[in-house]
Amino acid sequence: MRNFLPILAVLGGIVLLWYLAVAPMNIRVALDQAERAGAVIVPEGSVARRAVPALKLMIDNSDHVTAGYQLDRPRLPTPAQVGQEFWKTTGEMALNGRAWSKRSLIYHAWITLQSTLWGFALGTTIGILGAVAIVYSRVADMSLMPWAIISQTIPIVALAPMIIVVSSQLGVDGRGFPKAIISAYLCFFPVLVGMVKGLRAPETSQLDLLKTYDANGWQSFFKLRLPASLPFLFTSLKVGVAAALVGTIVGELPTGAISGLGARILIGDQFGTPLAIWSALFAAAILAGLLVTLLDLLQRIALGRMGAPS
Amino acid sequence: MSAVISAQNLSLTFQTNDGPVHALKDVDLTIEPGEFVSFIGPSGCGKTTFLRCIAGLETPTAGMLRVNGMTPDEARRNRAYGYVFQSAGLYPWRTIGGNIRLPLEIMGYAKSDMADRVQHVLKLVELDGFERKFPWQLSGGMQQRASIARALAFDADILLMDEPFGALDEIVRDHLNEQLLKLWAKTGKTVGFVTHSIPEAVYLSTKIVVMSPRPGRITDVIESTLPRERPLDLRETPEFLALSHRVREGLRAGHSYD
Repeated sequence: MRNFLPILAVLGGIVLLWYLAVAPMNIRVALDQAERAGAVIVPEGSVARRAVPALKLMIDNSDHVTAGYQLDRPRLPTPAQVGQEFWKTTGEMALNGRAWSKRSLIYHAWITLQSTLWGFALGTTIGILGAVAIVYSRVADMSLMPWAIISQTIPIVALAPMIIVVSSQLGVDGRGFPKAIISAYLCFFPVLVGMVKGLRAPETSQLDLLKTYDANGWQSFFKLRLPASLPFLFTSLKVGVAAALVGTIVGELPTGAISGLGARILIGDQFGTPLAIWSALFAAAILAGLLVTLLDLLQRIALGRMGAPS
Repeated sequence: MSAVISAQNLSLTFQTNDGPVHALKDVDLTIEPGEFVSFIGPSGCGKTTFLRCIAGLETPTAGMLRVNGMTPDEARRNRAYGYVFQSAGLYPWRTIGGNIRLPLEIMGYAKSDMADRVQHVLKLVELDGFERKFPWQLSGGMQQRASIARALAFDADILLMDEPFGALDEIVRDHLNEQLLKLWAKTGKTVGFVTHSIPEAVYLSTKIVVMSPRPGRITDVIESTLPRERPLDLRETPEFLALSHRVREGLRAGHSYD
């Protein structure tokens, strides 16, 4: 309970700030609607109000502030509205047996999750293999590492359409593949950096010790370097999986995809339905949270078995 | 008796950005089977470098070095010695038993044999019952004993120790010195022991090699006159103090020019 209190306090603070922000964010839309319905608003006319600060509008038209909390298309929806929309497109649909309908966020999250996991697997493999190459070969260290760093400085939104064009040019059908590539592109880097550090973690004396046993390269890799790198690996996997999810969503944005959380965000934007955007955002955050928690659990089990004090 | 370790005109020069460093220069030394040889001297005198040369971890630039009649590299491949570093260097993810099994796994011992050997060496260093503990659950002294057990687990007849008790406090150190002597008496191994403590060197050794730096060389080799049976209070006898004095003189002589 003692641990939960600060967590709940922070959460409560965020929700409170959110509710407070809704009023100034939505006041103009609310006043426009009220005016159209025949109410008298100061000053008159949407255009005239643009010059007036939101707070002054709220003070002058205090009767209409609460309307901002019940808009169909708010600039900023309330947490309750987002929650309702989220429930409508997840739990409620699942209860009605429509979890896999194209309107259900569960379906879209599943599409995104698939590409994320493929990208995560691919990125992790590339990251680990690259790290092994870098640690064991000076040439690889000097030639691979700069490219790995440069690759992360290119905005992924610029690169994503190119990857999609190239992969369709190569005759790859479906959107899953390019999405996984984009996802792996973001995901491999933290794994690579973490594993390079991890594989280099053993002290010289530990490596010398293996030499006195006349251990071969495989033995020193599997008995020393790999186990020594595991704590680093898990930490980078957690960063990597979140990056993989972001990569997938970014991969869904500029491509006209019709399924996946990224597509929901894009469609919500195009059709002016902020509630859809917000609930898709929450679905993505929850998905990321679940993935990271899962990895954290794996880490606890693995490191616990490796004798880490708990 | 043929020498376990023999060095003739052994030199090792490191090339650094500040010019060559003579870590060892013209070192001659013979170690007979079953001897306990301490290497003592200030830092930079090449005592650790010499031990690493014996272990094949460094390659001499001149001279001859034979371990069991072989080159150090051959001896290393024959697993002729166990090496104990200053830091215990136990793998934190392995239990004490698992750490002792490490060399046995690498050398391909049979599973049943491993279990016996682990029990045997744990008893030797008085750590029986700690097999399933992880290193962090043991004190520094116990960790170092476990690392000695690890070096004893396979059949090497040479034990090379590089300041194994350097990081431990005086009380633990005394106790481990006493234990090490017992262990040496029981196993009859040839021991090479690097230290910078005069009492430790005199108390443990049958032969004390005094070294001095720039260039790293041997200034004195002292054959101990102390009996093999050595209780701790031996250190207050005139004989012990005389030996200590001679070691100190040797160290001072090596230092006189700087």
